[in-house]
Order: sequence, then C-alpha cells, then structure tokens
Amino acid sequence: MKPARFSYVRPADLAAAVALGSRDDVLVKFLAGGQSLGPMLNLRLVQADVLVDITAIAELKRVEETPDSLTIGSCVTHADIEDGRVPEVTGGMLRAVAGGIAYRAVRNRGTIGGSLVHADPSADWISALAALGAEAIVRDARRERRVPVEALMAGVFECNLVPGELLSGIRVPRLSPGARWGYYKSCRKAGEFAHAIGSYLCDPDRSVCRAVIGATGSKPIVFTDATPLFGGATGAQDGIDRSLVVQAMAAQGLTDPIEQQIHFACLRRAIAQANQS
Amino acid sequence: MTEQGVGARLLRKEDDRFMRGRGQFVADLRFAGMQDVAFVRSPLAHAYIREIAVPDAHKGAVFSAADLVNVKPIRAVSGLRGFKPSDQPSLATGKVRYVGELVAMCLAPTRAEAEDVAAAVTLDLEELPAVYDMLSAREPNSAQLHEHWGDNVFLETFVDVNIDQAMDAPIKVTREIRTARQCMAPIEGRGVVAIWDSRLEQLTIYSACQMPHIIRTGLAGCLGLDEGQIRVIAPDVGGGFGYKGILLAEEVCLGWLAMHCGHPVRWIEDRREHLTAGANCREHYYRITGYADRDGRLVGIDCEATVDSGAYSAYPFSACLEAAQIASILPGPYDFPSYRCRTYSVATNKCPILPYRGVARTGVCFALELVLDAIAREVGVEPHEVRAKILARPEQMPFVNITKKKFDSGDYPESLRRAVAAIDVPAVRARQEGGEPDDRMIGVGFATYCEQAAHGTSVYHGWGIPMVPGFEQATARLTPDGGLELRVGVHSHGQGLETTLAQVAHEILGIDVSKIKVVHGDTAMTPYSTGTWGSRCMVMAGGAVSVACKELAHRACKIGAQLLQTEVANVNLRGGEVTGPHGSIALSEIARTWYLQPQNLPSDVDMGGLEATIGYRPNPDSGTFSYATHAALVAVDPEIGTVEILDYVIVEDGGKLVNPMIVDGQIFGGYAQGIGTALYEEMPFNSAGQPLASTFADYLLPGPTEVPAPRLDHMETLAPHTEFGIKGLGEGGAIAPPAAIANAVNDALHPLRAQLFNSPITPRQVLEAIAQAGRSPT
Repeated sequence: MKPARFSYVRPADLAAAVALGSRDDVLVKFLAGGQSLGPMLNLRLVQADVLVDITAIAELKRVEETPDSLTIGSCVTHADIEDGRVPEVTGGMLRAVAGGIAYRAVRNRGTIGGSLVHADPSADWISALAALGAEAIVRDARRERRVPVEALMAGVFECNLVPGELLSGIRVPRLSPGARWGYYKSCRKAGEFAHAIGSYLCDPDRSVCRAVIGATGSKPIVFTDATPLFGGATGAQDGIDRSLVVQAMAAQGLTDPIEQQIHFACLRRAIAQANQS
Repeated sequence: MTEQGVGARLLRKEDDRFMRGRGQFVADLRFAGMQDVAFVRSPLAHAYIREIAVPDAHKGAVFSAADLVNVKPIRAVSGLRGFKPSDQPSLATGKVRYVGELVAMCLAPTRAEAEDVAAAVTLDLEELPAVYDMLSAREPNSAQLHEHWGDNVFLETFVDVNIDQAMDAPIKVTREIRTARQCMAPIEGRGVVAIWDSRLEQLTIYSACQMPHIIRTGLAGCLGLDEGQIRVIAPDVGGGFGYKGILLAEEVCLGWLAMHCGHPVRWIEDRREHLTAGANCREHYYRITGYADRDGRLVGIDCEATVDSGAYSAYPFSACLEAAQIASILPGPYDFPSYRCRTYSVATNKCPILPYRGVARTGVCFALELVLDAIAREVGVEPHEVRAKILARPEQMPFVNITKKKFDSGDYPESLRRAVAAIDVPAVRARQEGGEPDDRMIGVGFATYCEQAAHGTSVYHGWGIPMVPGFEQATARLTPDGGLELRVGVHSHGQGLETTLAQVAHEILGIDVSKIKVVHGDTAMTPYSTGTWGSRCMVMAGGAVSVACKELAHRACKIGAQLLQTEVANVNLRGGEVTGPHGSIALSEIARTWYLQPQNLPSDVDMGGLEATIGYRPNPDSGTFSYATHAALVAVDPEIGTVEILDYVIVEDGGKLVNPMIVDGQIFGGYAQGIGTALYEEMPFNSAGQPLASTFADYLLPGPTEVPAPRLDHMETLAPHTEFGIKGLGEGGAIAPPAAIANAVNDALHPLRAQLFNSPITPRQVLEAIAQAGRSPT
C-alpha cells in the first residue's frame, strides 16, 4: 500500500493549475484534501504521473456572499463549513451536512470540491447540494461555465469534466426565511459512507421543492420538482406517492426491494424532518 | 491487599511509554542496510501455477519457491485420529490455494520500490474451481484442495452421550446457525525483521508475535537450523487476539532471505494484506436441535457443526482446534443429560483459520444461546427462566458436565439473577407494551457462558494440538540494588502483564513495583514457554512468578537469618525486610551482601543465590472456569434495519482479580470485539473465492459510538487450585455479545415473527427476516 512514483507540484494560481491539467502527455490528478485520492494512490487504484496540489490557490479557498447566493471555493474544507467559518445561507443545512461527513479528521482536510469531483455515490455533498439546487462552477484556461450539481456527476467516480477543466467553486442559492429542509442518511456506524440518503428542500417563497435520493450506487435521483410526489401540493406530511419514488428508483436501476425500502424510508424521514422544523 | 499487591487497581507501568508514543514496535526498528520486502500474492483462490515471469530488470530481486531450496513446508499435525495433514509451503509450490497466498518475495531498498517490483512480476495461472463454501466442500463432487486426500475434510469427530433418551422430548427446536468469517484487525498488523549474525551464526527474527518460543521451534524445523541458531524477539506488539499466535510463512521467507542476501530484511503487513489474506476466524455452521420438556427444561442437544478451516493447518494450533473445542464446550455451563455432536473441519480456498479471542466459544455460545431462546419462545416462558433451570449450581461444584469438563467453582445462577435484575426485565416488558415514540422495537437478550482458561497438559493433549503446554516457568532474580527482574516466556501485548506480574511479586516480596522489571518477548532472555494464548498468562505465568518469588523469599530468609545470627525458622519476610527476633535486614542489603560483599556470608551459605527459575502448573490442570452473564437491551429500526444497543450489563466472575482496572479493560475490549462480531464484521467471499472487503470502508469495525459503555458487576469466587485463586478471563468479553445481542434482536422482532440466526446481524438481514415473516403463513 505505497503509491507508485509520481511528481508533485503546488501552483499558486489557477491558470497554472489548469495549464498542468491540460497536459495530455501525462496523467495529471488534482489534489485537494486528499482524503479519497490519498488512499486510492496508496492502493494504486490511481497511478498519476503528476499530482497538482491546488490548496495553495487563494481563489479556491475564497467564499463570496451575495444577496441571493453563496459561492464556496472548491478547497473550502468540510470543517470550515461545520465550524461556521463559512456564512450560512441555507438555514443550517450546509453546516449540519458538513458536520455529519465521515470523521473530524477527514473533515479537517477533506474539501467540498474534492468530494464533488470524486463522485462517490455515497458521499454527502452530491446529494445535499443537489437538494439545495446548487451549481458547480467549472473553469478552464479560457472561460467559466456553470452546471447544476446533479449534472456534474456522470457516474460512479466519474464527472462531466474534460481535461483542463477544474471545479473552482460551488454556488449555493440563499434560501428564503420560510424554507424547510431535511437530510437523513442510513449508516451502519457513525462516520461510515451512507447506504442510503434522503434529502429534501421546500422553499415555497422561491417556488422550489426538491427531493433527492442518494447513495444509490450511481448518480443520485433528483426530483427538481418534487411536488408530484405529494400529488402537486408542497410537502404534505403524509401521502408521499411511493409508487412514483419506486418508479424513479427502478429507472435508475435500483430494483432490489430491500434497497428501495431503505432509500424510501430515508427520503420519507428527510421530508418529515423538514416538516417538523 | 496492599496498595501494590494482588487486587490493587494499579496504573499500568507500560502505559508510561505507550501513552507518550514511545513504544517500540517492529515497524519502528531501524538497522543499517535494511531493505524491504513486498510479496507477490495469488490473485486467484485456486489455480495451478504455470509460470512466474520476472522481468530481466528485476532478476535477483525476486525469489520464488524454486529458490528456497531445503526450506520445509509448515506442518501442524493434529494428534486426533483420522486427521489429514497439509503441507503449507512458504512460497506457493505447484498450486495456489487461497487469494493472498505468497507466491514470490520481492526485495528493494524501500517498500514502495518493492511493490514496484512485485507489480512487474507476472503470473501464468490455470484457474481451478474454487472451494468457497464449507458445506458444498463436503460434497463428493467438490473440487479438492489437497488431491491426495480424496475429500476436503481435515477431520471429522463424533461424540454421543445418551442422545436416544432425549429424542422423545415434547419440545424440539432445530435451527441452522452461521457465523461469518472475520478478520481480527489488531491495531498493529504483523511485521517481521530478519537479521543474520555471521559472528554468532544466529538468525534474529523480530516479529509481532504472541509466542516467540513456539515461533523459534517452528522456524528451526522449516529452515533446518538448530534452535540455538535462532533468536526470536517480540518487541512491543499492538494487540494479538490469536492473529499473532502462529508461525507465518512470511517469517520463514524472511529468515531464509536474511541468511542469503547479506543484510537485514523487513516485511510490514499492510491493511489490505491483512484484510484480504488474513480473514481467518470465526466461520462456523451449526445445524442444532434442542430437546426440552414442556416447562422449557433442556434435556438434550444434538448438533452437527462445520468449521471452515481454510486451506492449510496452521502451526501450532492446527486446522482442528475450533472443531475439537466445539464438541467439548458446546454444552457450556449447563447441566443436561443427553448430547450428540458431530464436527467437520473442512478445507476451503481461504486462508487458514486461526483461533480468535474466545476461539470456538463465541460460535458455540451463539448457537446454544439462540436455541435456548427458541425453546423459551416455543414453550412461552422468559428466556432467563430456561437458563435458570439448567445452569450448574454452586452446590454442584466441582461440577462435571456432560463432556467431562470439571468446573472449579462459582455461582452461575447468581450471575444470571444479577443480570436479570440489572437489565430489569419487567420494565422492558412494560416498555414493549407501550411501544417506542420513534416506532423502533426494543428487545432484551441474555447469554451465559463459561470460559475454560489456562488449559493444561491433559486438555491440550486431548484436543490433539501439536503444542502441549507443561509447567510454566518464571525466573525471579534479585539485583544487587534490591530490585527484582522477572523473566517470563509469555508475551504481553495489551494484557498489562508488566504490571500484574509485578503485583504478584510485590505481594510476596514486598518490593516496590517501580523496582520490578518484567522481561518478556525474547527467547534469549526468558524460559521456554508456549506463550500467550488461551487466557493463560495470569494463571500460569502469574503462578510461576508467585512460586519463583516464594523460592526467592525462602533463600533471602536463609541469608537474612544468617546475617541476623538466628535460625531461618525465626525470621519472616514482610514489607521488603527479613525480620527476626532482634532486628531486621532489608532485601537490598541481603542482595548487596550476596553479590558484592560475600565475605560477610558464612561459608555454609546456600549457593543457590538470589535467582530462581521455578516451574508451575495447577493441580489439577484441567483449567480454570471464569464465566459471566451478558444482558443486552436493543432497539431495532424495522424500516431501515439498524440495531442500536440501549443498555448492556455484564455480570462476571473471574476469580481473584489481580488488577480489577485491567480486568475491566479486558472486558471492555472483548465486548467491543463481540459487538463487531454481532453487528458489523464480515469478510464475504464470492463464488470464485475472492474476498470482497479489502479496506475498512467495506470491512466494518465498531467505533466508539457503536460501543456504549456496559455496566459491569463483578463476582469474585476464588479458583480452588491456582495461586491466589486467580482465573483466566482474557477472552470472555468477546464470547457472549453476539448471542446476547442476537437474542435481544429476536426478542424485539418477536411481534413480527421475524427471527435471525446469522452473525453479523446486518440491516439487510433484519429487513429480509421481517419481509420473510410477513410472507409466511401465520
């Protein structure tokens, strides 16, 4: 469990990192917190020629607040969010989710951007940020593009990024004061990757009602308009249309009845949590 | 009891270095010129080796079986009739028999470079059908691991005591019960450093092991060296649990390599090696029937037990320790008249089975206690009432059970009564009536076990183990300044023996424990011992220290009496001083006189001096019996299948507790491992024999939040045949939790008629059991 030989660079600006990432003569991997990439290097599941450590790039650690959103740099750590060093625009959801990721040692180093591009189906941010309607900000040498978080992930450990592109930040919409959210995950032990995730956001003032079923083994199932789950109403306490949810799970390949039951329960509990708040 | 003697809650002496990060483990050792080894391991469970191809660039740095000329395979031959021996080559020869088996050894200046070399070696393997399931392995058409055997069974045993008389009993419950294969997962894995000293013509092996003397004996046999040419040193070791109780093929390989390459070599096991090539314990299958009267009194147990022993018979415990134990200990602490048990030790394409803390007891406790609860439900009484009817009673002591186990002492029903009271069964029943606000379901479960420990010569000989313990020896040596050195052949790797053995010596000699040094873990410095296993050290090494210190006390009194100019009958040793009618003399003064001022001694002084090596064995040596009742209160989430432990009670009797604080620690640690067995730990294999959990993301260990503090209650019934009444108890904490927790889960799910009989109890199993109960007719 020692990594194959690689070279290491730590550029101070984004342009240099992106330029390194564009090289096609060597395999380049960006290194942020290293909490997933580190073990994968040790297991030789990843054998990069060049590791580009992006944690010295000030722009990637910046946080920018506007009246309607918060932009979090890719290299902001889970602990930064958990500890409140990042402004809270989601009524506590970002903080609650961050505090439940893995263990504190992982949260100290692990980053929100690294987690997203690692694209582990069981990780928290891909589901939680999809429920929040967040956008990924992707940079390359020439331009910046924004994509909904749920469109960033292409599959298991795979993102819709081309060589030379780098996730620079995440834009999270500011929730209305009346917004309600819920996040529930099923783990066999504290700190473990989730086996099922339910996440839910109801923000009537912005006409937003979103629901996410995560830890599906592939991409999260995202209901960008969740109102049909409640027969068109927003967030009825009971009466979630189970058949619609099961249909969506089956369409995603989640056909095992036990898996379906656990995932549905997590979503139901997330919705109940939102409605109780 | 003194402040430092037997019974004192003394802080552990060894923790001074451990808590400061100054322990010295194998991976901390540095030697000039030392290089690292990485192994090429088999990627297949069962295959013929066609070719091992080494690129030209690495020729000379890669060694395979063909290079290890004259190295003999590891053999552990059970003495039980009908046993089929296996030859475990240090590097695979002709065939590989499990994923992770050593195929080639790669040498480089660093481990990373050694892994580069290993990655460049290519294997041409001809895959054979994998024998991955111990039951189908017994079928006549199964592929065979050791072709000359004719089947895959190391050993079959059979015992029948009046089972015919139970078969007409009105209550009969039959269950199929399985326990998963586990990894022991000590914090420190295995590790070996090997050095050849050409001046001494001696091979020094530093190894993270529990039994240095046995390793030396085994190594000498495999390498063709005299035992005197080998020195085994076990430095600080970060947990053993049985995982470090065997001779490793890696030790043999590195020993050979050090003799041939001219510099020290090192191999440190990494966690992936540990998980994929070291999943080596606990996998049992039981088909078990309990016969009972209508009131729930057990009258007979009929069992067929199969143990997945893996590919080879590991040295020294053999492939059959588990099965031999099962047949003899399945009846537990219970008194019933009829018993039959057939066991199979089956060879499969998995790594060799090793005895993990509790050995077979964890499995048999799980099987028997689940059946007792099934009987209780069948007849409609509380589970603890079924146990109370048949637990060995104090007035029966020494109780001889149906398999001729001789129980030494104790009040088993009292441990059950205290546990029932502490967990408060009536309150649980009332709470169940009311239901939980979060819709979870709660349940209570019990398990009572006995832990035979410090097994002596007769027991181990009876189990056919190739290593039979005899008298345990200790050396006690007064130093010229009045300090004490204790040299013991057992090893301490978490048990706190550097403290508890000093407490025993203090009890007898009165020397301050800060001046008592326990020397262990080095074959060159300690008396021969079979080492640390079977919860034996406190009884055996503690007993040996006790008798050696008594001999030393006697010799000091003789010298002291002469210096006090009186008869030895007139003096006694107390508080570190020999006191006579007209004065006293300190042990330190006696020591200084003996070593440095012998002109002051009379010419007829006993020349034995102030160093004594004495052997100790209790009589009878059939072992001590500690025991406990565990009671678990759990909440089961019937929607997502998770289990939470709400309360846990342990009422334990370990005889005289030398250091109650250390005992508590032993119980907490065992309990945590028991929770792992109950709810989390499992190494699944697919039908190709591939282990499926290669990191701790997939192999789940309980963490702090999964191990709520248990409530401990100690009884302290002295053992009648040991020094101070000590009993061995190191493994007990790990024995009962799977049974108690599973019984609690089944109690919780009783309203849904769902029942579980496998460990670990995973959310999927809970939900499948509920779904199945919902489908089956009422």
